[in-house]
Amino acid sequence: MTRPRTLYAKIWETHLIDERSDGSCLLWIDRHVLNEGTSIQAFDSLREAGLTIERREMHLAVADHAVPTDERGGPLPAGTRSDRILQLERNCTEFGIPHIPYLSTRQGICHVIAPEQGFVLPGMVAVCGDSHTATLGAMGALGFGIGTSEIEQVLATGTLIQQPSKTMAVEINGILGDGINAKDVILHLIGVIGAAGGTGYAIEYRGSAIEAMSIEARMTLSNMSVEAGARVGMIAPDEQLIQWLHGRALTPRGAEWDEAVAYWRTLPTDPGATFDRIVQIKAADIAPQVTWGTSPEHVVAVGAAVPDPESFADPTRAAAAARALAYQGLQPGTPIQAIAIDRVFIGSCTNARLSDLRAAANVVRGRHLASHVEGFVVPGSTRIRRDAEEEGLDRVFIEAGFEWRHSGCSMCGGAETAPPGTRIAATSNRNFEHRQGRDVRTHLVSPAMAAAAGIAGHFVDIRQFGKGRA
Amino acid sequence: MSEPLTIVEGIAAPLPLKNVDTDIIWPGLPGLSLRRGDQARNAFARLRFDPEGAERPDFILNQLPWREAKILVAGSNFGCGSSREMAVWGLVEWGMRCVIAPSFGDIFFNNACLNGLLPVILPENAVEAILATITDPERSVLKVDLVAMRVTGSGFNLPFMLDEHRRRCLLHGLNETGATLQQIETVRSFGKSYADRFPWTRIEGEKIA
Repeated sequence: MTRPRTLYAKIWETHLIDERSDGSCLLWIDRHVLNEGTSIQAFDSLREAGLTIERREMHLAVADHAVPTDERGGPLPAGTRSDRILQLERNCTEFGIPHIPYLSTRQGICHVIAPEQGFVLPGMVAVCGDSHTATLGAMGALGFGIGTSEIEQVLATGTLIQQPSKTMAVEINGILGDGINAKDVILHLIGVIGAAGGTGYAIEYRGSAIEAMSIEARMTLSNMSVEAGARVGMIAPDEQLIQWLHGRALTPRGAEWDEAVAYWRTLPTDPGATFDRIVQIKAADIAPQVTWGTSPEHVVAVGAAVPDPESFADPTRAAAAARALAYQGLQPGTPIQAIAIDRVFIGSCTNARLSDLRAAANVVRGRHLASHVEGFVVPGSTRIRRDAEEEGLDRVFIEAGFEWRHSGCSMCGGAETAPPGTRIAATSNRNFEHRQGRDVRTHLVSPAMAAAAGIAGHFVDIRQFGKGRA
Repeated sequence: MSEPLTIVEGIAAPLPLKNVDTDIIWPGLPGLSLRRGDQARNAFARLRFDPEGAERPDFILNQLPWREAKILVAGSNFGCGSSREMAVWGLVEWGMRCVIAPSFGDIFFNNACLNGLLPVILPENAVEAILATITDPERSVLKVDLVAMRVTGSGFNLPFMLDEHRRRCLLHGLNETGATLQQIETVRSFGKSYADRFPWTRIEGEKIA
């Protein structure tokens, strides 16, 4: 009998090429996704050093951070952002790397399309020069974000030098309440363990609430692991995931599919395997969450109020809270539901998949944005946009007063911003200072909560919203 | 690749904030170059400069002696958030060679060690004491010794830890790509057995894009 192992350990061990005496490990990388934001300098370095690509077919490039989402089809507007998109395309052509063009029907946010295309599969190690690569953990893969120096290593060698992480089990058992989204689950977790709670750990989400979650919801959860400090947020592959992957463009076929599935079924953490830390959360304790500050750990349930910085015992936390409230223009004690918003942003690699758009559309159908609120819906991929249009979701949003846009990172990554002072209910992942534009105030929420805030003009409890209506 | 680092001695600047994210360290302002060598002005750009580009005199890193700092001392979870390596390039090009904090974002920590920026983890109470010390201009000089693994300053001498691999990267300015390419035959032979074991991980290039 081999000793019981975690999902993380199983994947790590099958990819271990060499372990050095200093504790560093050379890891085989199966898949690498590139975007235009962080890869340019890596290609420059390869060129300067005269290096070539070790395994071309393991890479897939797509532009997402800089793409305009207001119009698609015409020439790119002049400017540095467009230059980055074109430079990515030139780099991929020069180095022979597979690339989804900006105008392709397969374009989308890299962490949305990598699973959508079946590019990343259970048991793989997948990396990308973006911290939200943690999303790929929902594929039962070991996915993590890397820097530009590491992008260069992956391009030139197909490997990375890494050190094993500690492991953390986040066990969520029970049944999530009505109206509770995976976004609320991850924000609640960050509220419990803090924005640095997962630093140095690879998280594995486990428990009956995770098993019951759709694959798209699991991606929301894994995605924001990095906001809890963890580079990695994995979920064991199960029959639901295998069904979800079947038939996608890049998944194996025939006998290879059967072989893969048989292997995937061996991946879940063995009974008796141990974790360095275990965090247990009752699903029933999770209410809709709203962030009030400038770190994702600045979060409370929708029924609560903005905390008083003086209520934090730790002086650095108190100072951070005071700074956050000054930036956010909020007074301690203000009920969350009394905070009026100017804009709704439904998008990002966290919450712009079809189920997210459906959840938001169900809230706004037959209603209209409050008169002082603007709304933007930015689908996570061009395919999601098309699928949503086939269901008529575009009409629902447009009739409610939203702009229906093309796929890209948009108002999450800072490529598209709001005027100073705008207060946004956002389904994205970061409420950092100036993240959505200079002096813009971000509140992170689920898609349904964002949509409801847009209709009401202020935050509302989605569990009470529209009660009595069909 | 990066400049070898053994001892960093110089002014240390206090930044007593928690969760300083890489958007703060390197804001993705419109029109910014993403390339190495262009980043010195972009480090902490929103804290150092007003929207018109003038220096903010109230920001400590614009004040003497701290504007000459080689060392930054900050609160926990420094460098959390985005993977953008420009955050590290910006700090190094601006003149920083060391950041001391109770904890760091994992990706930032890695990026720092690959670019000649030494991340030093010290306990929260030690960092608080150092922050208080260096706020006095007369006591703002620190010495961080990567050979002896100690941080010394006015009235203290503290040990720190760093794993041996990252320590060697910093001491010698190592380039991991170059080191791995020397082992490429080992990598390729691993790849052959890996493909035999997991044939379904292969992908045909023409299928992808």
